[in-house]
Amino acid sequence: MTIKGKACIVGAYEHPTRHAPGTSVAQLHAEVARGALEDAGLDIKDIDGYFCAGDAPGLGALTMVDYLGLKVRHVDSTDTGGSAYLIHVSHAAQAIAAGKCDIALVTLAGRPRSEGSSGAVPRNFGGNLPESPFEAPYGLVTLNGYGMAAMRHMHLYGTTSEQLAWVKVAASHHAQHNPHAMLRKVLSVDDVLSSPMVSDPLHRMDCCVVTDGGGAVIVTRPEIARSLERSGVDILGAGEAVRGQQGGDFDITTTAAAISGPRAFAEAGVRPEDIDYASIYDSFTITVILQLEDLGFCTKGEGGRFVAEGGLISGVGKLPFNTDGGGLCNNHPANRGGMTKIIEAVRQLRGEAHPAVQVPNCRLAVVQGTGGNIGARHGSATLILSRREST
Amino acid sequence: MIGTNSSIRAIPAPERHPENVPFWEGSQAGRFMIRRCTACRRSHWYPRPLCPFCLAESHWEAASGRGEVHTFSIIRRPDMQPYCIAYIRLDEDVLMLSNIVDCNLDAIRIGDRVQVVFKAAVDGTMVPMFTVI
Repeated sequence: MTIKGKACIVGAYEHPTRHAPGTSVAQLHAEVARGALEDAGLDIKDIDGYFCAGDAPGLGALTMVDYLGLKVRHVDSTDTGGSAYLIHVSHAAQAIAAGKCDIALVTLAGRPRSEGSSGAVPRNFGGNLPESPFEAPYGLVTLNGYGMAAMRHMHLYGTTSEQLAWVKVAASHHAQHNPHAMLRKVLSVDDVLSSPMVSDPLHRMDCCVVTDGGGAVIVTRPEIARSLERSGVDILGAGEAVRGQQGGDFDITTTAAAISGPRAFAEAGVRPEDIDYASIYDSFTITVILQLEDLGFCTKGEGGRFVAEGGLISGVGKLPFNTDGGGLCNNHPANRGGMTKIIEAVRQLRGEAHPAVQVPNCRLAVVQGTGGNIGARHGSATLILSRREST
Repeated sequence: MIGTNSSIRAIPAPERHPENVPFWEGSQAGRFMIRRCTACRRSHWYPRPLCPFCLAESHWEAASGRGEVHTFSIIRRPDMQPYCIAYIRLDEDVLMLSNIVDCNLDAIRIGDRVQVVFKAAVDGTMVPMFTVI
């Protein structure tokens, strides 16, 4: 069985806020749900499947289903960190293909900026974590996990701080056109390199922003998508994978995108060179370089050279990426960037990205997410999406 | 130069899990131990009673306490002294997360040989870390 051709994304909404100290996380979830429904031209009563991850308050989907007043026949609260929402889209497509639901809502929201949470401070995942005694004493956080990956990549492949900086520079070129972006200033390589070193070899500007906010998407079957006024995008393929330290035998410079990516491309029947636009998870600049390699846009070790000299800038480089400004400059709500990656890909495929960054005749997009910590254990998910040729 | 960091960063107490009692008893006595599978004979990290490669029983054994720096990163914040996190490739050929301490952090390089040292966490538990030799 395949999900190819079985489901479409028909609604997508990114909350405009980047700082919401006066709004609860549950309310943010409700606001993005409403936004996505309005975008799709659907009503909350139409929703019969609901997907959320650990950013949603409560046990799995229980609190939010009740809070939103949903009457659902399918729920899924798979959590793989920031990549979870890509998996939700894939699982929604599977559920739709299996007849378990018709119209699925996926929401994400959080307030790390207001609550003082970020990749620089330890997360609390509760007790009884088997790895905790062997990690917590050493001060492992998201930031230095990715720092170690970058350090090793530089050692093995000669990747430079300048090449890392080019990822941020490209994101900033896109973010200048996004009125909601947290950072809209166009940055130079020197700007990134002159920002403080926060976790060698990562500078402050190698890191994503910390924002409050959220986003939501609606997934449905093609027959319903065709009945809606707005154009949707087709889901052609999906892959997911989880990787960790593998008992002490692992390569910190290879993400699980090396597994999820080929699965998604194979299901879609397309290749990296067919892709017009790429949403690539960008918790840090190094995250982008690793995933581009693992997806097959270049060989392992060549990512630094691939992104240098504007390689990811829309209209300039060979692979336009994160044209909303990405997590690096625009938005990284709940410290989980997967949802906004999906949303910008939908904008591109609908031809609704900002004109300055819209990819001409954008037909095929890849959405790549990672979540957790590639320096310890992480999830990866890949989606291949295409423009609907007729609605 | 950045000096010794272990006396400055408070080391969080490791959560106590029943299967790790021998490990922490060993650390307290200055012994560094890892687990090895009784079936496939591979050593692994972090320690688990059931081998992560084949799910057979593993047992504790004394480890060399030596290895080399596989990768590292130094957290630098205005409000605390820098500290270095690292993956150490132990001579038993497993990657172990740890800290590098008691040396000039700015001089650490991938490939440096390191040896275990024990540092006290806030509850007095001795935690294995590494220093460049």
